Amino acid sequence: MTHSAAQVSYLEDGHTLRSWLLTTDHKRIAILYFVAITFFFFAGGFAAFLMRYNLLSPHGLLGSAETYNRLFSMHGILMVWFFLVPAVPVTLGNFLIPLMLGARDLAFPRLNLLSWYLFMAAGFVALYAVVAGGVDTGWTFYTPLTSLYSKGHVVAAIVAIFIAGFSSIATGLNFIVSIHKLRAPGMTWYKMPVFLWSLYATSVILVLATPVLAMTLLLLAFERIFGIGVFDPAIGGDPLLFQHLFWFYSHPAVYVMILPGFGVISEIVPAFSRKELFGYKFVVWASIAIAVIGFLVWGHHMFVAGTSLFSAIVFSLLSYMVAVPSAIKVFNWIGTMHKGYIHFDSPMLYAIGFIGLFTTGGLTGLFVAALAADVHLTQTYFVVAHFHYVMVGGMVSAYFAGLHFWWPKITGRLYPEMWGRAGAITIFVGFNLTFFPQFVLGYLGMPRRYFAYPQQFEALNLLSSAGALVLALGYLLPLGYLTWSLLYGERASANPWGATGLEWTTPSPPPTENFAVTPIVTQAPYQYEQPEAASHE
Amino acid sequence: MSDAAAHEFQFSSAEHRRETAISGIWLFLATEALFFGPIFLSWIYARFADPNAFDAGGRQTELTIGVTNTALLIASSFAYSVGLAFMEFGSRRGMVLWLLVAWALGAAFIGLKFGVEWRMDLAKGLFPGANFSVHGPSRNGAQLFFAFYFFSTALHGLHLLVGLALLAWIIFQARRFTAERHSPVRVVGLYWTFIDVIWLILFPLIYLIGRAS
Repeated sequence: MTHSAAQVSYLEDGHTLRSWLLTTDHKRIAILYFVAITFFFFAGGFAAFLMRYNLLSPHGLLGSAETYNRLFSMHGILMVWFFLVPAVPVTLGNFLIPLMLGARDLAFPRLNLLSWYLFMAAGFVALYAVVAGGVDTGWTFYTPLTSLYSKGHVVAAIVAIFIAGFSSIATGLNFIVSIHKLRAPGMTWYKMPVFLWSLYATSVILVLATPVLAMTLLLLAFERIFGIGVFDPAIGGDPLLFQHLFWFYSHPAVYVMILPGFGVISEIVPAFSRKELFGYKFVVWASIAIAVIGFLVWGHHMFVAGTSLFSAIVFSLLSYMVAVPSAIKVFNWIGTMHKGYIHFDSPMLYAIGFIGLFTTGGLTGLFVAALAADVHLTQTYFVVAHFHYVMVGGMVSAYFAGLHFWWPKITGRLYPEMWGRAGAITIFVGFNLTFFPQFVLGYLGMPRRYFAYPQQFEALNLLSSAGALVLALGYLLPLGYLTWSLLYGERASANPWGATGLEWTTPSPPPTENFAVTPIVTQAPYQYEQPEAASHE
Repeated sequence: MSDAAAHEFQFSSAEHRRETAISGIWLFLATEALFFGPIFLSWIYARFADPNAFDAGGRQTELTIGVTNTALLIASSFAYSVGLAFMEFGSRRGMVLWLLVAWALGAAFIGLKFGVEWRMDLAKGLFPGANFSVHGPSRNGAQLFFAFYFFSTALHGLHLLVGLALLAWIIFQARRFTAERHSPVRVVGLYWTFIDVIWLILFPLIYLIGRAS
């Protein structure tokens, strides 16, 4: 690739605050988002840390059940809407989609900037809700607790989520239109990297599910403000209707959180196995299948809420079905690694951790999708452990994998590799230590959301809290050495991993216009060559 | 972006940019459809609990104003599409004239809905709560109906206000558009017509179903 001196890197193109806050460059907007979601990740993580501190003692160390309720509500709200849902799409997605497409920007750059401002506005309202005293409803906002009884700042929390939703919709819309309209010449749908397919599937959910949540929360706000509304059983409304509408968004939203992770892993596993992605079309269509079937399984959150047996059986079967495409992906990643020439660099360590933890989370999902088992396990720590294996073990690992993989491209600097590996391993160990005991706790019957517990659960809770300390350390490590690398890291070449993909053909960091000449795509993605050394088997 | 720039650097041509804008607005309308979807669904579902009481609420609505407003909105969208046709033939003057008609009809809807109809509803004590004026066995169901009524008409009205602002913007920017380049006119037109579609579902839910039984 020619690196002409005339090309100014996007980081050098303007140094004023204004050049950042009014930018329409997708790469700069990605950086703005990075800063914001890193803050929310640590804020939500801090709440979790205090929760684990409280649970060190069977009587609760915080001394107040109300405080504990507000902490786990804050943890859930911040982590779901201000970290997990946006994390990969708005940062890596924003940065990489145009680069992977061979385009100069997203289709609607100003809409992209607007989505960041909406996100920030939502974030400030959420922080206001927290500082003013928080909410005690959990992140699910079930009526009639939220609409008629709760004393917390429910309306502020709802407004925050409502605004964040429009930020999500704007992002999803921008991605879908960009992927349809801005592919470089020669980049057919089947020549697109899987990361793009994953974000396409994610965006479909964002665009079609988020408005349902927005409307549901508006109806809830109406009820709370006027003291009477459509979920109010006193006038013949139905609180269960709220749960239906809420989970119609919130279950697909689970796939919003994990699908981008699948995309990241599908890029990293081939690059560090020096092999073509095994079963490309299966991986691609599995993403689409998850996005479609994901819309049909929401009822499994309400097996014990008084739905009919018939609907419960249907939702149970559909929930089993959605596991199939996820399993296909896991097998494809393993198939890619099989007989590959595997490099254990930090992104790959995170990716391998992802595969193991996500599979554990996915398989335990089948336990709770089974009607009879769910009656026993629902509302226990088993469920908490299950979705943390998917969301934290899976999604956060994938986010870190992607962050390390594309860090040289984004910042133009290399991070210290040994620290990277140490971080990946610490996070893996800390995570398992925190959440594996919770499977056992849940199986033994410890309910979730309780601030105190019987003596018999003390040992496992201590183990879990000790794990949380290791996990916290694991998360602080990347914060430290990645920040360090911004100032002192070695300069990165255009393609330090020797990976395929259009983003690696640009200089690191890329120039503002990405490509001086629009690239022409002739090859399928992942055309890796196996070194001779690998063929000795 | 200035008028001079034919297209931003991510597009290969002005035509490419136009197509992209049209794709964007269609996708946005899909989002809007799912935004209103939960109201329609909940509305129909809520009626099942006690149809007679729910319909007793529906019969309190002002049918004459509802019908007039429906006619106003459809006429407004018709006027808009005539304006768009004028633009396609390059007549900026014709477009502005018809868009002014469309704007006036939309504004008339707002005036009638909130200035007259809502005022009548509130005077009759139809806002749900302690002072709700329907008594007897239908009281609860009728309140549920009016919770939906006020919520959804307010939201629809808000969409109309945004539409009116967009129409005004198109009218003030009219000199920018030519027979070849006028995609904002098309984009706003799709949104403006979509608000009608929402109303055409709300209209029977509000005014007709209660009277049919």
